[in-house]
Amino acid sequence: MATKTTVPFNGTAEQEAKLLAVIESYKNDPGALMPVLQKAQEIYGYLPIEVQKIISDTMGIPMEKIYGVVTFYAQFSLYPKGKYNISVCLGTACYVKGSGDVYDKLQDVLKIGGGECTADGKFSLEACRCIGACGLAPVMTVNEDVYGRLTVDQVEEILAKYE
Amino acid sequence: MADMINVKINGIAVSVPKGTTVLEAAHQAGVDIPTFCYMKEINEIGACRICMVEINEGRGFRMVASCVYPLNFDNSEVRTNSPKVLDSRKKTLELILSTHDKKCLSCVRSGNCELQSLCNEMGIEDENAYAGEKPEYEIDNSAVHMYRDNNKCILCRRCTAVCSKWQGIGVIGANERGFKTNIGSAFEMGLGSTSCVSCGQCIAVCPVGALSEKDFTNQVFAAIADETKTVIVQTAPAVRAALGEEFGYEIGTNVEGKMAAALRRLGFDKVFDTDWAADLTIMEEATEFVDRFTNGGVLPLITSCSPGWVKYCEHYFPNMTENLSSCKSPHQMQGAVIKTYLAEKMGLDPKNIVVVSIMPCTAKKFECQRDNEAAAGVPDVDYVLTTRELARMIKRAGLKFTALPDEDFDNPLGLSSGAGDIFGVTGGVMEAALRTAYCWLSGKNEEVVEFHEGRGTDGIKRSTVNINGTEIKVAVASGLANAKELLTRVQNGEEKVDFIEIMGCPGGCVNGGGQPQQPASVRLFTDLRSERAKALYSEDAAKTLRLSHLNKDVQALYDEYLEKPGSHKAHELLHTTYVKRTIN
Repeated sequence: MATKTTVPFNGTAEQEAKLLAVIESYKNDPGALMPVLQKAQEIYGYLPIEVQKIISDTMGIPMEKIYGVVTFYAQFSLYPKGKYNISVCLGTACYVKGSGDVYDKLQDVLKIGGGECTADGKFSLEACRCIGACGLAPVMTVNEDVYGRLTVDQVEEILAKYE
Repeated sequence: MADMINVKINGIAVSVPKGTTVLEAAHQAGVDIPTFCYMKEINEIGACRICMVEINEGRGFRMVASCVYPLNFDNSEVRTNSPKVLDSRKKTLELILSTHDKKCLSCVRSGNCELQSLCNEMGIEDENAYAGEKPEYEIDNSAVHMYRDNNKCILCRRCTAVCSKWQGIGVIGANERGFKTNIGSAFEMGLGSTSCVSCGQCIAVCPVGALSEKDFTNQVFAAIADETKTVIVQTAPAVRAALGEEFGYEIGTNVEGKMAAALRRLGFDKVFDTDWAADLTIMEEATEFVDRFTNGGVLPLITSCSPGWVKYCEHYFPNMTENLSSCKSPHQMQGAVIKTYLAEKMGLDPKNIVVVSIMPCTAKKFECQRDNEAAAGVPDVDYVLTTRELARMIKRAGLKFTALPDEDFDNPLGLSSGAGDIFGVTGGVMEAALRTAYCWLSGKNEEVVEFHEGRGTDGIKRSTVNINGTEIKVAVASGLANAKELLTRVQNGEEKVDFIEIMGCPGGCVNGGGQPQQPASVRLFTDLRSERAKALYSEDAAKTLRLSHLNKDVQALYDEYLEKPGSHKAHELLHTTYVKRTIN
């Protein structure tokens, strides 16, 4: 079950105008929810309650229907990317080398689930599939930095490097 | 005439129009096929796989979902109970059970659960055949009228279909996907924070114990046992038309007499009839209408008997709350009269009176806690029980319902006209009001005019009534999606109406969210709305008193206490206020 993001929403009037224009362009198309959500995510980077509410009110679609679609498809995110985006490889090689435990440890320490973002907007966490560095398994990246041959014990030390 | 084709169901030859589903053809052949997800027209998703059958259309037998599979070829053969079909059905059940909590002994639906009875029929031997990871859900207790226990949910989606298609609301739906799929609201909001209107249609169609009303039977038993309290019960019209279903009576049997006897034996001090207050409502509402109609008040006037509709109006048409009649709903009026007029007559302190309303409705549980529903400074109504809860009380008390004598209601608040009786059916409130309006405006005080244009199960009904040269445009809607359609037209000025009756549930209170749950096998092939409505129309037709304004006990209330309909005192006791809400 998704937990509600507490990262404050700071959408701009410009973004909202863009979104409303997108919705307007699909005005006569009854199956427009999917493309509108895709474009909305392009505009805002994610689909928080504030954005879904604009879509709901403007298109006359119940919030729950929108939320149901957003939580069904992996392509949509309810959470923004953090200042530092952590990506843990759960591909076969990394997984057999214990990346699952690293991923669990990150969730414990950051107190967020996969796909979510910490309340201060600092870290977001996601799982990815093979990044082609199997020789270094298990691997994770923090923005552009790559960490290989990881153990669970190193997690807190690595996080501490990021301010 | 559609093209007819000949098919065989388990060897039984039937002739059906081309395109008929296997499920319907089987029904015609006298063969039942179990279903979970299927609801005609509103949930034809073929998702639950419990209705799988084998079909041979000339290229050998294969498995299809009978609920949505159309028969298009002559000589098709269907097997609904072959070993392969039964094995598939059993496996599907075992998989459903793997994520179900299986706490049947303490489940409110034990005994009329569609999952339980099908497991029994299919001979499930091991309910833990696929034991493994199981999702755990918190029970959503946030709504006033009901709870949702997703640990019992089988994800059939009937509840979400009625919420969005029949009611046009859609505050519940399926979230997440795959193993994590669960029924809920946007951003995991509790139902109580959404713009749910409390209609309870989701409960009425739930096959299992995942959705149920908040049960107040224990509190009512305790009140009855408390000797310092005078406990007074009243029953809505639609309850007598459906309560019998809980005790094996045919659908549409009126069990008014046995119901009154049962209530007396449960220990209620007075057994009153909300139909009495329906007559009272007509006096107030007809007066309000005539006043608005002749003095340029806000029109259309819209009835306010249905609290699900009222809450819907507040959320979805907040600009039209001025159109709502200020009349309290009948049971709230009755409660107000009991705790003022009757309390004075009986020499009782209203604080020591407990009013219990037996209703076909879950929204009434919400309504009795609203503001301005407390004429004597204490709530007009203390507990609202659904028809189902009353049946539970009768069973728990060990009353043999079928063997009870037929008894009458107590007086003075037990006498009702036929016009009051039909309040439980879509079009009934309008008909009752028009009967009285006709008498008042034509001067023929005792002439009964039936209003047939308002009868029947159509979602929206319109008519123009001519009374003594005055034309009144009326409309009737039931089911909130229909109400939305009608009101949108009225709001946009596409339609002019003077008086509208709206009931939140499709078909009106007889099909209310608090009525007995019928399994899919019955629901799919019986129109509960019209069958139960018959019970009330025949009660009306058999009465000599068929006009609300001729109810002598209602007249006595005005003579002795309220002076006249619409008086200052009547407003204090019998009228209420509304709020504007948002969509969540």
